[in-house]
Amino acid sequence: MYDPTVARLTYRALLGRRRALILGALPVLLIVIAVIVRALVGADDQTTADLLGGLALATMVPIIGVIAGTGAIGPEIDDGSVVYLLSKPIKRPTIIFTKLIVAIGVTMVFSAVPTLIAGLILNGNGQQIAVAYTVAALVASIAYAALFLLLGTVSRHAVVFGLVYALVWEALFGSLVAGARTLSVQQWSLAVAHKVAGGDLVTSDVGLTTATVLLVVVTVLATWYAGQKLRSLTLAGEE
Amino acid sequence: MAVEHPAATSPGDQTRIHNIGYRAYDGPRLGRSYATRSLYSQSLRGAYGLGRSVKSKVLPMLLFVVMCVPAAIMVAVAVATKAKDLPVDYTRYAVIMQAVISLYVASQAPQSVSRDLRFKTVPLYFSRPIETADYVRAKFAALASALFILTAAPLVVLYAGALLAKLDFADQTKGFAQGLVSVALLSLLFAGLGLVIASVTPRRGFGIAAVIAVLTITYGAVSTLQAIADAQDAGDSIAWMGLFSPITLIDGLQSAFLGATSAFPGGVGPTNGEGVVYVLVTLGLIAACYGLLMRRYRKVGL
Repeated sequence: MYDPTVARLTYRALLGRRRALILGALPVLLIVIAVIVRALVGADDQTTADLLGGLALATMVPIIGVIAGTGAIGPEIDDGSVVYLLSKPIKRPTIIFTKLIVAIGVTMVFSAVPTLIAGLILNGNGQQIAVAYTVAALVASIAYAALFLLLGTVSRHAVVFGLVYALVWEALFGSLVAGARTLSVQQWSLAVAHKVAGGDLVTSDVGLTTATVLLVVVTVLATWYAGQKLRSLTLAGEE
Repeated sequence: MAVEHPAATSPGDQTRIHNIGYRAYDGPRLGRSYATRSLYSQSLRGAYGLGRSVKSKVLPMLLFVVMCVPAAIMVAVAVATKAKDLPVDYTRYAVIMQAVISLYVASQAPQSVSRDLRFKTVPLYFSRPIETADYVRAKFAALASALFILTAAPLVVLYAGALLAKLDFADQTKGFAQGLVSVALLSLLFAGLGLVIASVTPRRGFGIAAVIAVLTITYGAVSTLQAIADAQDAGDSIAWMGLFSPITLIDGLQSAFLGATSAFPGGVGPTNGEGVVYVLVTLGLIAACYGLLMRRYRKVGL
C-alpha cells in the first residue's frame, strides 16, 4: 500500500525549492509570537490556551493542511504530469495512500511540532495544555490532509475550496451557528485534546465518541473516494 | 509534417521567387497606451471571469454576491424598522467582511499574473510596444479596480438604502465619502500585496495559499497579541501592533483620520500622531509593492 518512489516524488514536490521556506515561515512566526508573549505576559495558562487555540489550531493547522494536502496531488493534475504516474503499474489507491501519508507527515511536522514548542515556551506544559494542543494538531493533521487531498483530486480550485472550508465554515460560521461546529475538524480534534488535558481550558462542543467516530469516518471515506476519483480521472484542458 | 524534397536536380535556372501576395500592414498603429489600456481592461474583466469559462466566473461572482447581500439585508432592516442610523458604519463594513476580501485577492491575484508566467505569455506581452512599467501598472490598476468594485459596491448599496430610508443626507454623504477613501486605500494595498506574492510563483494553487497565509496569519497573530496586550492593560502597545497586518493597518488609519470606530480590542484606535505613522506605512507599502513588481518584471524571462 506504500510506494517509496511515489513518496519521494511527493516529498520533493511539496518541499522542493522555495516551498519549504514558506511552509517553514508559519511555524517560525508562531514560535516568535510565543516568545514575545512569554516575555510580555509571563507564563499564563489562559493566554497559552487562547494563543494555541486561536492561532495555532484554528489558523495555522488548516492552512498548512491545505498547502500540503492539495499540494500533494493538485499541481500534478493541473499540469497533466500525473499521467506519467498513472501509467505506471501501481494501483491508484496505493498512489493516494502514499500521498496521504506524505501529506499527513508534512502537516504534522510543520504544525504539531511548532505547536508543542510554542506551548512549552508559553507555559512549560502547565496543566498539559501544550501536549493537549499538540495531540489536537496531530489528529487534525490526519483529517485535514485526507480531506484536502480528496479536494485536490475533485476540483481544479481545490485550494480555494479548502480555504473557504477552513476560514469561512470553521471560523466564521462556527462562531455564529452552533450547528456548524459539530461538522468541523477543529472541534473534533479539540474533543480529543479535551480528553488529554482534562481541565476547563481546552473545551469542545462535540463529545469524544462522536468526534472520534467522525474523524475516522471522514478520513477513511475521503481517502477511499480520492482513490476512486483517481481511477476514473479525466484530464481536462486549461480553462 | 512531411516535406517532400524533390530529387536533387541540377540547380540554376529553375530557381524562382513567387509573389504570393504578402502585404505590409499599413493601417493605423494604436501604440503603447492602447496596448496598456487593453491589458488593463482584459485583466479587469478577467478578475470577474468575464471573457473566461463559466467555471471561472463562479467564484468571483459568488464572492461579489456574498459581499453585497449583508449590506442589502442591513438596508432592508433599516428601512423596515425606520432606524435613525445604519446598523454598520461605512468604514466598518470592509473590516467585517475581510475574510471575503482576502479570499477574492487570493483567488484573483494569481489568476492575473501566475498564469502569464506559467504559460510563458509574458515575453509575448513584451513583444508588443509596452514596457515593464506599463505591464505592472496595468495589472496593478486592474486588480485594484476589481477590488474597489468589490468593496465599494456594498457601500453604494448602503448609501442608496440610507437615502431611501430618509436618513440625514449630509451625515450619510460624509460617511460614504470616508468609506470610499478607506476602501480605495484598502484596494491598492491588498492588490499590491497579492500581486507581489503571486508574481513569484507560476503555480496558481500555491500562490493562492501564500496570499491567504500572509493576509490571515498576520491578522490572526496581530489580533491575538492585541487581545493579550488589552488583557494585560498594556493599552499603549495595541496601536503599534496594528502596523503589522494589512487589515489592522487600514483599520487604524481610518479610525485615526476617517472618523471610524476602531475594531481593535478595547476600542482604542491610534491617536493622530500614531495615525500619521499608519498613513506613512500604508503608502510606503503600496509604493514598495509597486517597486518590487517593477523589479520582478525587469527581466522578461522566467
